Amino acid sequence: MEILIIILSGVLFTTAIYNLLQKQLLRIIIGTVLLSHGAHLMILTMGKLKTGLPPVLTEGVTDYTDPLPQALILTSIVISFGITGLLLVLAYRTTQENNTDNMEQLRGKSNE
Amino acid sequence: MYTVNLAIMIPFLAAIIVPIIYKRIQKIHIGWFVFLVPTALFLFLVSFIPHIANGETYLYTLEWIPSYNINFTTYLDGLSLIFALLITGIGALVTIYSIYYLSSEENLSHFYTYLLLFMGAMLGVVFSDNIMVLYVFWELTSISSFLLIAFWYHRKSSRDGAQKSLLITVSGGFGMLVGFIMLYVMTGSMSVREIITTISSFHDHALFIPAMLLILLGAFTKSAQYPFHIWLPTAMEAPTPVSAYLHSATMVKAGIYLVARFTPVFGGELTWFWVVTIVGIVTLFWGSFNAIRQTDLKALLAYSTISQLGMIMSMIGISSVALRQGYSVNTVIYTQAAFAAIFHLINHSTFKGALFMVVGIIDHELGTRDIRRLGGLATLMPITFTIAIIGSFSMAGLPPFNGFLSKEMFFTAVLSVRELQFTSEVWMSLIPVIAWVASTLTFVYCMIFVIKTFLGEYKEEKLEHPGHEAPFGMLFSPVVLGFLVIVIFFFPNVLGDYVIKPAMYSIFPQLGAEDLGQHISAWHGFNTELKMTIGVIVLGTLLFISLRHWKGIYNWILPEKLSFNSLYGNSLEKVEDLSKFVTNSYMTGHLRDYMVYIYIFFIIAVGGTLLNTKAFLFDLEQYSSISEFEWLITIGMIIAAIAMLLAKSRLTAILLNSVLGYGIAIFFVIFRAPDLALTQTVIETVTTVLFLAAYYFLPEWKKEDSKRRSKVVNAIISVTVGVLFTTIALAVQSGKLFESVSSFYENAYELAGANNIVNAILGDFRAFDTMLEVVVLLIAGLGVYTFIKLKARKGDNPLEDK
Repeated sequence: MEILIIILSGVLFTTAIYNLLQKQLLRIIIGTVLLSHGAHLMILTMGKLKTGLPPVLTEGVTDYTDPLPQALILTSIVISFGITGLLLVLAYRTTQENNTDNMEQLRGKSNE
Repeated sequence: MYTVNLAIMIPFLAAIIVPIIYKRIQKIHIGWFVFLVPTALFLFLVSFIPHIANGETYLYTLEWIPSYNINFTTYLDGLSLIFALLITGIGALVTIYSIYYLSSEENLSHFYTYLLLFMGAMLGVVFSDNIMVLYVFWELTSISSFLLIAFWYHRKSSRDGAQKSLLITVSGGFGMLVGFIMLYVMTGSMSVREIITTISSFHDHALFIPAMLLILLGAFTKSAQYPFHIWLPTAMEAPTPVSAYLHSATMVKAGIYLVARFTPVFGGELTWFWVVTIVGIVTLFWGSFNAIRQTDLKALLAYSTISQLGMIMSMIGISSVALRQGYSVNTVIYTQAAFAAIFHLINHSTFKGALFMVVGIIDHELGTRDIRRLGGLATLMPITFTIAIIGSFSMAGLPPFNGFLSKEMFFTAVLSVRELQFTSEVWMSLIPVIAWVASTLTFVYCMIFVIKTFLGEYKEEKLEHPGHEAPFGMLFSPVVLGFLVIVIFFFPNVLGDYVIKPAMYSIFPQLGAEDLGQHISAWHGFNTELKMTIGVIVLGTLLFISLRHWKGIYNWILPEKLSFNSLYGNSLEKVEDLSKFVTNSYMTGHLRDYMVYIYIFFIIAVGGTLLNTKAFLFDLEQYSSISEFEWLITIGMIIAAIAMLLAKSRLTAILLNSVLGYGIAIFFVIFRAPDLALTQTVIETVTTVLFLAAYYFLPEWKKEDSKRRSKVVNAIISVTVGVLFTTIALAVQSGKLFESVSSFYENAYELAGANNIVNAILGDFRAFDTMLEVVVLLIAGLGVYTFIKLKARKGDNPLEDK
């Protein structure tokens, strides 16, 4: 199982980086979202997948899934959401001020 | 009792007070207040002469950074006393001279502040026993010299000269600092005296020679030795009192001081002897050779200073033989080279100071110092003429002036080199020959100085002001110095016994105290040295008379574009061009390029480490089984991820993105993470909505239109990073791990009263993360709000809108 998830997050990373190297702002932002997806899967996998029941205390159960990576991912999801929101608004403002969302054109003295 | 430390601090304190007095008291020239400082210090130091002559030394320590062994330790012995007397004595004379030289419209408070800074720094250099403190004062002299050279900062040549001198002397200073640190690493001491006593056991240390060469680099750059001499002629843009003080009498001798001070440390090495002697001799020759071609009097004096400094340097180099061979009757002659060096150092300060002041007077009274426009001033300026004759003849080494004595001793020193068996006799006898030729050239430029300036025809039409004698105040200092030149000739042994002899103990502490002094006699018999001097006069006169016929050689031996000066200028220019070119070539301004650099670095660094450590191995045995459903989701997500790259419209891309998000939520369900699944679903929904909202405002989704080459590069980079990442993850997964700490959190109910362990971690065990994550959301929210609402405006007009 782990190997499959790792390959999946590898694919997510590949596409994320390909997107980050693009010119359009929206593609770059999607790239960051993909990157965080890949990272979250990665953290989860590193905590060893599937060793037991959900980490909610129940009578008679001693075998739980590792709760720590889950807490970490939860934090990370919220933070990456905040950043995605901010980036989207930033892209909106940039496009509005400069009439372009092309990174090639967003340079030079007039925009600095 | 920290009197010597206090003496160093007094000029600095005075430098603070000067601007205050300058503003308050307008009637009296500020220079008179400044004059009190060096005069008082001079008198104070003179009172030490009898004690020092008896062999006493004075050591004071003020703690500065004791935990690093850096203390403000001063050591007053014969060698430092000579330099300190020169600094304060000539400092006082220069101050008087500058009072009359600089008009009161100049910014005098700057001038005297810098001058006092310099004076204090220079005293610090000669008195410091701690090498780090010595370095601090050393750099202070560089900086104050820089400020003084650029005193008329509205002139471009002044700024260039100041920049050049700073670059060269500070580079050398850094080299010296590294040498000092090596010395400290070797001996474990920062005190020069302690280093001298322990250095003998470190002669085979790997750092010994590098430390020696680096310290010499500092000394050579400061003392304008070949090929670092180029800064001195351009430093002549400074006001003449500065040239007289810094660039002839004191600062340029800091390097000489350093070499003399470190002779007991390194002098036993053959390398030291060769480097110091050869550099000194080459500088001597090169300076005197170049002085002849100069048409500016100050430039002529600058090259003559270079030449004389080379002469002193070579004598110190020769004297180190005495340390190598140990003390015996045969080596006395070499110790006398050091004696001659110090003697000439004093003589040079007197006559060169006077000559600079003479040039300053000519410049000040006539408005030019170009030799081609001057002539016939002897009758108009008789006193100036007299001083010029005294100074020049002393520089040329003629009796009855003090230069004659030291030049004879110099000849003795170079002749003694012939008896050394370090290498073949031919090479050894080359040294006296070069020295003799250089002395002849010295004679020639001294004659040029006197005869072309003061004799010949008077060219009034070429002068800005008609010639007349300078005021008494301006003549006072050069007269005193000229007087000293003659006094020293007639009573050299007073100086030798009381001042120079104690300095010899400092240079040769390992040798016996007796016989280090020398009796100087004006008439020493009709020997080789005297014949050499007569030869100098005869050949020099012939050369001077035929000057017109051979002056052309300068243009074909040394065209301007092959000089060190143009090498310096060109390399400065080329370095600037090159760095500009390099920076422009990679700082393109395209975000994509920078990302490419980052990923390439990542690939090289991480991939290289993986390959190097062979950490990429993993086994597939231990993984849990995969159900068909999981296969299905995974393959679906991989397809979605790849399809996103090929998406034709924005909407497709956004929807594929949410497919991925929800797919991850399903994985969270499968992997027993209910809270994550919940959050991921909600967040993914909101994100999709956000994307759709942004989609409405953003321009059309364009097809990827970059060049094929950059597409390929992008693909290669992203695939490589992805593969690398996967490899690392697999390698880490199958590594040998220790037990997780998570079993601790299964006590959630007992410790935190919670059934949901994840929530207990977030809200209780690791609540700090959660708090700050909330802050992140808050800031992001504020950011979103300000991005939308606020626009920079100026008055009523929006600043950004076009």
